[in-house]
Amino acid sequence: MAHRYNTLPASAGVGLKPEHYREILADRPALGFFEVHAENYMGAGGPPHRYLEAIAEHYPLSLHGVGLSIGGEGPLDPTHLARLRHLIDTYRPASFSEHLAWSSHGSEYLNDLLPLPYTAESLDRICGHVDTVQSALGVPMLLENPSTYVLFEDSTIDEIEFLAAIAERTGCGLLLDVNNVMVSSVNHGWDPVAYIDRFPVDRVGELHLAGYDETQDSAGARLLIDAHGSAVRPDVFRLFEHTLARTGPRPTLVEWDNDIPDFPTLLNEARLAQQVVDRVADATPKAAE
Amino acid sequence: MSTFESFAAAIANPDLPPPRGLSSVAGANDPLRFAVYRNNVHVSLVSALLKGFPVVAALVGEPFFKAMARAYVAENRPRSPVLLHYGDGFAAFIASFPPAQKLAYLPDVARLEYAWRQAYHAADRPPLTLAHLSGIPSETLPEQSFAPHPAAALIASSSPIGAIWSAHQQTPPAPLDTGAAQSVLVTRPHHEVRLTVLPPHDYAFARALLDGASIGDAAARNEAPEFDPGTALVGLIGAGAFASPETAQ
Repeated sequence: MAHRYNTLPASAGVGLKPEHYREILADRPALGFFEVHAENYMGAGGPPHRYLEAIAEHYPLSLHGVGLSIGGEGPLDPTHLARLRHLIDTYRPASFSEHLAWSSHGSEYLNDLLPLPYTAESLDRICGHVDTVQSALGVPMLLENPSTYVLFEDSTIDEIEFLAAIAERTGCGLLLDVNNVMVSSVNHGWDPVAYIDRFPVDRVGELHLAGYDETQDSAGARLLIDAHGSAVRPDVFRLFEHTLARTGPRPTLVEWDNDIPDFPTLLNEARLAQQVVDRVADATPKAAE
Repeated sequence: MSTFESFAAAIANPDLPPPRGLSSVAGANDPLRFAVYRNNVHVSLVSALLKGFPVVAALVGEPFFKAMARAYVAENRPRSPVLLHYGDGFAAFIASFPPAQKLAYLPDVARLEYAWRQAYHAADRPPLTLAHLSGIPSETLPEQSFAPHPAAALIASSSPIGAIWSAHQQTPPAPLDTGAAQSVLVTRPHHEVRLTVLPPHDYAFARALLDGASIGDAAARNEAPEFDPGTALVGLIGAGAFASPETAQ
């Protein structure tokens, strides 16, 4: 069912970092795919494109946008859509994904994935944006569940219902970020297992894993930060195993974007994720195809 | 003000309270929770500058750099989600940043690092070669002009910025071997960005050629007795300053 949305293999991949280009091409490690942040490849030319081209000869690519501001108030930026289309036409990635979040307002780009109220009005607007993306890019997209630190008094729709409605109305797939589920659940007092159990798993085309940081809010409550700067935490790995038991094997990305480790360390995280995928694959009847 | 508008305004201005309409599991609009977003925006942009200007950061130390970058970010948020070009005004900002006033070389080092980054991401284009040059009849050479290569940039400074940059390509930095003014040509003839310190008397010639002047006009700008246009031109072509005419669009 997942293959409605992309052609990534149902195994572990990692984010592609310039620090690791040469090692990857020299060693060609066994990995399901590489994911790239689209905005880092929007220069006209130069070494980043040369390396990406070389790596794309050996691995499937997942193109992951971080700057489209799908959750924003204004219309999507046609220039940015054209840049994405150019990358898709050039590299033919196996998957394209973006976030349920916003990052641009007026002419300013805020360089973070910001939260939004879940209302009938925002639902209509985002469905319109997802339709625009899918027709401008000519491929189906995956929309990622956010990690959030605040709630909105105006919200009238639960996050999972909101995502499910977008997928239903636009035909898009969903990217289920298990670390984001843990972060938002702890931050808002939700049950992360119940979140996974209610998630529309037949829409899930990819999973994400990452490491969180931890602090406290003014009331002394645990506040998890989606930091992407460390190894995946044990509770997120357990939630990942629970998720896979529901979804069956899925393409799974290990994200590590800050304090980037050496490549063997990142590869080891991917291997840990792959072990979980393999365990679940062995336990899943072949009918899951 | 819409939710988005007040959210964006409160991120930009740390003196503003969190936007109205936020809540938390405890019910309250907790400023510490909103501060995570404000912090993410500022810290991620400061990190982008730190990554883009590593020699400037090494010269002033990370705490000074971060304070300076924070001040820049506060006044200059990106206008595009493509951050490859973010920091284009950083050199000018440093020049006007009072605590950096005594560091006359610092804005020029920043200009050099920005040019390096733009060269790294510039369009791919074969460079003009000496073979092209030898194919031009010598009587028409003075009228000949060349298109600059997309990666080419020329940074003039009254400080030894080429030597400063080179010294910081290793940790700890190598000792500086010159205090002289330097003009640096930035190119990417094939895959690697290259910095070339020009002989001082070649600068005006190089500047004019890169701005589209003919060889004859460019040579006439330079009156230094030791200047030799032939040697200068061969040097510029060898560094990859011009684009091959065969692939001109």
